[in-house]
Amino acid sequence: MGILVRNLTKKYGDFQAVNGVTFEVPAGQLVALLGPSGSGKSSILRIIAGLELADTGSVELTGEDATHVPVQRRGVGFVFQHYALFRHMTIRENVAFGLELRRPKPNKDEIRARVDELLGLVQLMGHAERYPSQLSGGQRQRVALARALAPKPKVLLLDEPFGALDAKVRDELRAWLRRLHDEDHMTTLFVTHDQQEAFEVADQVIVLNHGKVEQMGPPQWLYERPATPFVTEFLGSVNVLNVETVLTMDQHGDEVPLSLDLPGSEGGRAVYVRPHDLEVQRHRDGRPCWPARIRRLTPLGGLARLVLTLHDGTDIQVQLTRQRCLELSLAQGDDVFVLPKDLKVFHQPGNFVENYMI
Amino acid sequence: MVGKPRFGSLGRSLLILAVVGWFALLILVPSLALFRAAISGGVGAFWRALTSPEALTSFQLTIGITLIATVVNTVMGLLLALVLTRHRFPGQTFVDGLVDLPFAVSPIVAGLMLVVVYGPNGWLGIPLNAIGFQVVYAWPGMVLATIFVTLPFVVREVVPVLREFGVDQEEVAYTLGAGRWRTFRKVTWPSIRWGLAYGVTLTVARSLGEFGALLVVSGNILGRTQTTTLYVHDSIESFNTEGAYAASLALAAVSFILLIGMESLRRRVAIREGTE
Amino acid sequence: MSRHGIPHNSWTSLSIRTGSLLYLAVMVILPLVALGVQAAEPGPWAFWNEFTNPFAWHALKLTFTTALAMVAINAITGTATAWVLVRYDFPGKGFMNALIDLPFAVPTVVTGIMLVALYGPTSTLGAIMGQSGFAVIYQVPGIILALLFVTYPFVIRSVQPVLYEMDRAEEEAAATLGADDWTIFWRVTLPTLWPAIVTGSALSFSRALGEFGSVVMVAGNRPLATKTGPMYIFGEIESGNRHGAMVVSVVLLTCSLGILIVLNRLQRRGDESHGR
Repeated sequence: MGILVRNLTKKYGDFQAVNGVTFEVPAGQLVALLGPSGSGKSSILRIIAGLELADTGSVELTGEDATHVPVQRRGVGFVFQHYALFRHMTIRENVAFGLELRRPKPNKDEIRARVDELLGLVQLMGHAERYPSQLSGGQRQRVALARALAPKPKVLLLDEPFGALDAKVRDELRAWLRRLHDEDHMTTLFVTHDQQEAFEVADQVIVLNHGKVEQMGPPQWLYERPATPFVTEFLGSVNVLNVETVLTMDQHGDEVPLSLDLPGSEGGRAVYVRPHDLEVQRHRDGRPCWPARIRRLTPLGGLARLVLTLHDGTDIQVQLTRQRCLELSLAQGDDVFVLPKDLKVFHQPGNFVENYMI
Repeated sequence: MVGKPRFGSLGRSLLILAVVGWFALLILVPSLALFRAAISGGVGAFWRALTSPEALTSFQLTIGITLIATVVNTVMGLLLALVLTRHRFPGQTFVDGLVDLPFAVSPIVAGLMLVVVYGPNGWLGIPLNAIGFQVVYAWPGMVLATIFVTLPFVVREVVPVLREFGVDQEEVAYTLGAGRWRTFRKVTWPSIRWGLAYGVTLTVARSLGEFGALLVVSGNILGRTQTTTLYVHDSIESFNTEGAYAASLALAAVSFILLIGMESLRRRVAIREGTE
Repeated sequence: MSRHGIPHNSWTSLSIRTGSLLYLAVMVILPLVALGVQAAEPGPWAFWNEFTNPFAWHALKLTFTTALAMVAINAITGTATAWVLVRYDFPGKGFMNALIDLPFAVPTVVTGIMLVALYGPTSTLGAIMGQSGFAVIYQVPGIILALLFVTYPFVIRSVQPVLYEMDRAEEEAAATLGADDWTIFWRVTLPTLWPAIVTGSALSFSRALGEFGSVVMVAGNRPLATKTGPMYIFGEIESGNRHGAMVVSVVLLTCSLGILIVLNRLQRRGDESHGR
């Protein structure tokens, strides 16, 4: 087992940052803690590292209870968002720092060899004698990673590791981190607010909101089977429609309310549809559909994004392939019919989900 | 916060105790000792010493000199700060450093420099004496000395504010059709006034307390016109300790009030910088 | 020519620039040049003689040793004070923080009077200390004490902002790598604070070289014993040896100016290397 946290809570003044969080990171996996800012993800990471103490709950690292072990002896590698390199030390001194503190202390040659190995790994061999201020952001973050890995930590923790980098460098580093993990399989937990990053890099994703775990699982599974409205909305774009006001045209051309079998239909319940789960047609074919008008059409390379207005005035987003768009020869202002392929409805008490495939 | 119990709570308490103790011993206790010494002969004696004719004359002179020096250095300091931040001319870095020079000069040396220039045989002293205008060993020399030692304060406080503030907002004002004076009054002035006020307070505090330079330019003449600091010094020399203590306490009280003013101004400056 | 392209070459801005630069020239450059020229006029041999005169030499040596002793103490206590004020909370912290600048506000003569009132032979504490052989006033320790008081804020005010703005992540990174509190302090925190400590120390050293008002009150003015450089200058002016005064002045001035110039250079280079 890699990391196990049980029932963590943490309060800052009146703010409940972490509220009863329990999860497990299996050994050798790369897991993302995903959530919006203020969801408690960084606090959880810092509690696991021992940089902060939880109010209640426990932390286990590789099967041993670490709740009361000071940060110095937890054996975690930690990478900070803004690198936190020691600016008065060279790159070599930065990477060697943790090695020099190990007991028994490795001799000079061992330290040198290990630093060289890591600088080779992060492809910064030629920069060993430079200072952090002489490196680019991406290079600095690689040094920070090498420094964290040097003492061979039990687990690796990364706090928004690519958040401060520009888009291109960020993509490169993501791919690189994934490759690195595929080679050495170190138990890794990283924090991010970017769902694309979590999906690209992680084996599993833990979605957090308001200091609680909303859902945990492999990325694609979370995307297809979100457990809560929050997860649905947070992972990719989604149309939220009001059950009561959206009218469907039935096979006779009559407009009727959504024919969903909803027990105890109370007001304000919502239906969730992803933009690519909607089909657009010129003509009705007998299946239930929503009449709509194209308000805006934005070609995006191989795809096209449509904003449609339904009869009740709701705007919805639809994503089509460019191909399909051309086939239908769609233009702004056209009247079309929309067929939902996959609808999700969340039943509030119990939070259980129903998927309606139409 | 890292390792919240940094140095353990015992080590931390000891460190706090040591620092506070040192502060109390070095700064607070001597201040209280002065207070005690000044009123040791009773409040009546203190009041008599404070209102003796020599003391009162010295207060007047100090206030007068402070007023002139503050006005001159506020105006000139503001202009210098504007020139240093909004103009570009050869030797700018040199001028920038030159402004700080009075900070590096011992007050005694400052006094000596003025005697060398404005004294009876000085470069400017000879022509000025010829037209009957005596600078050194008279009050104009004291004013000049005070201006010299307080010259950097306003510039040093206003320049960083002007740099931080930048020219963007001024340029916006120009594009909106505001003239130079209007731009200064409506855009620049509101952003620098607290920094300026802080510089002025420092100038006032230093003017009230200047001693070494005044001692030199006022000469060692018996019964010379005395500022309050000179009065304190001469009273000690002539064993009039009550007078010295009373005047010292008055100066200390005024500087304490100025310090409180400085603190609140500094907070204002910090808030302004924080919001921008 | 304006820095940002607004045509500022009008008559007003030209006269503002000329006026303020002329003011600086008359107020600062002229006295400085006059002092330098007149000190050098009698020739290098005369300059050397005045410089190596045993009384001048001893006064300068005393000034430097007392200033060094003060810096050694202030560098440590100042850093500790800044640390405690930034990192810890304790009752009375706000009060103490507000009073740190008191020595900048209090006139130096008053500082001297305070110390005499507390440790002087006529006070209880002073009498006890005198009897047990630890006399402070009219002795070298008194000079150091006065210097400690007047330069108290320098190191604190220089280190405090650096500590405030310091990225705690560097210290946290060291902790995750296994560094204990002392290792973190010595290898991560202190190297970051080092430039600020050096700056504060150098400023206080420069100030101490010229300090007169407080020292003259507590030193007792005994030649070859407790007479510092500035006191020697004043004594030579009083006794009519103006050249001797000017020579020592030039030496002191060169030292404090040198310190400020080196500091300025270092700061500029530091800013560049950190890309700020």
